[in-house]
Amino acid sequence: MSGTEKPLPPMTAETRPFWDGCRAGELRYQYCRACDRVQFYPRSICARCGRSALEWRRSNGTGTVYAFTVVYRPPSAAFAADVPYAIALVDLDEGFRMMTNVIDCDPEAVAIGDRVRVVFERRADTVLPHFTPVHPHTPKERG
Amino acid sequence: MRRVRTLSRRARITGAGDTAFGELAGSSPLSLHAEATCAALADAGIDNAKVDGIVCAYSLVEPHLMLSSVVAEYLGIRPGYSAAIQLGGATGCAMVMHAALLIESGRCRHVLVVAGDNRLSGMSRDGAVAALARVGHAQFEVPYGPTVPAYYALVASRYMHEYGVTPDHLAHVAVTMRRHAALHPGAQLRKPITVEEVQASRLIAKPLRLLDCCLVSDGAAAVVVSAPEAASGAADPRVAVIGMGQGHTHEHISQAPSLTEFGCGDAARRAFGEAGVAASDIDVAEIYDSFTITLLVELESMGFFAKGEAGPGIAAGAIGLDGRLPTNTHGGLLSFGHSGAAGGLTHVVEAVRQLRGRADARQVPDAKLAFVHGDGGVLSAHCSLVLART
Ligand SMILES: [Zn+2]
Repeated sequence: MSGTEKPLPPMTAETRPFWDGCRAGELRYQYCRACDRVQFYPRSICARCGRSALEWRRSNGTGTVYAFTVVYRPPSAAFAADVPYAIALVDLDEGFRMMTNVIDCDPEAVAIGDRVRVVFERRADTVLPHFTPVHPHTPKERG
Repeated sequence: MRRVRTLSRRARITGAGDTAFGELAGSSPLSLHAEATCAALADAGIDNAKVDGIVCAYSLVEPHLMLSSVVAEYLGIRPGYSAAIQLGGATGCAMVMHAALLIESGRCRHVLVVAGDNRLSGMSRDGAVAALARVGHAQFEVPYGPTVPAYYALVASRYMHEYGVTPDHLAHVAVTMRRHAALHPGAQLRKPITVEEVQASRLIAKPLRLLDCCLVSDGAAAVVVSAPEAASGAADPRVAVIGMGQGHTHEHISQAPSLTEFGCGDAARRAFGEAGVAASDIDVAEIYDSFTITLLVELESMGFFAKGEAGPGIAAGAIGLDGRLPTNTHGGLLSFGHSGAAGGLTHVVEAVRQLRGRADARQVPDAKLAFVHGDGGVLSAHCSLVLART
């Protein structure tokens, strides 16, 4: 990784349906028919029961911020132009959690409990799920 | 059920050694391994021909598939048992646990445990930050631009939300570590700091500021773990490993079952149970402090403080040298220094010095029982040790 290009997800056969979903504007997750449990990230087996009775489902794309931070010191030059930016753990309404950026808002206004919805952002030839507040805060700069 | 083994059969730590931490011009991963090893072997009163087991960690500066073989070759050791362990910040304690298990099984008599890296001079702070950030999930975390401080900041946000921890509480952790480091001649940063200076340092990942974060250092540490019957020749064989435990709940923070309870609780419970002691019995604690929030969360998860009470307790001096639980008496990763697996091993070295009464100006009077803990990943992999003066 050169540090000048943002990293792309190195997708595998078991995660490709998720990334294909993002390209199609769908946030997909796995559901285990054997133990009635949802799962994220995608795996070849259910991490609870060990079976492979998994099916893909489509999330409605809304969730709640469980934890968040605002990054001021980026991991590499590729993210330097973006600081400060918000990273959150979002609990989707279907019961799974994912890491994401919270975008199109004042990152300093993001808070635990905020309702957010998925938006899809293109990076090279991949599409990544990001989230944005359902009820946008007024950016602090505008007063 | 408690399973307290006879003290006479427990492994001993017969030697401990370290290098100074900081920017060590001209150092290499292997020269640092050698310096710490020589100090530990001299302390144990043995030469390298007596070492029949070696346990190493990993190096970011000179990665190798077989580091324990490389180190043994460099040091002229031909062990009967060799292994390398990779558990991030839990590695130091886990290496000692592995060595103690080799001793208890009768497999070895003297096991060398050593780790070192020149992360500051060998790869730059930017290089270390970039390399460590990639511990995140390559598909489902790293594309969003997290750093290791950001992973821990996620924990901090939730922990502060649920238990009322404040930036002031976190700053007191950093101030206490620096006060301890000022008493250690080998520490990287020794100039005292104030709560105001911590809170005025630049934001790294909200709410964590520069002085909430551990250092990047060159340095190495080593210990010799010996069979009780083989320890009698050592100059100061007074330290026994009386309790050990691990706990593992996840690797990636987005997969953690909780952001307020972690595997350190399981690790500590197992170690205390094996030792037959309680948190309240501990005289001195050396606990992984990659960030200020790390130490605070671990102290509460492991039962040294009730939930929400570590912050006010630390602000009132509870983990200072004259507090009720002197913690990280060498200054910890926040001020003594941090060089990968060697960072966690310095906590073990300091515990040994405390139990022998050789911690000089940092000495906790009459320290008989020490607790050491390492955390790897993002509060993911945990290993606890209870050490006792025999
Ligand atoms: Zn299942």
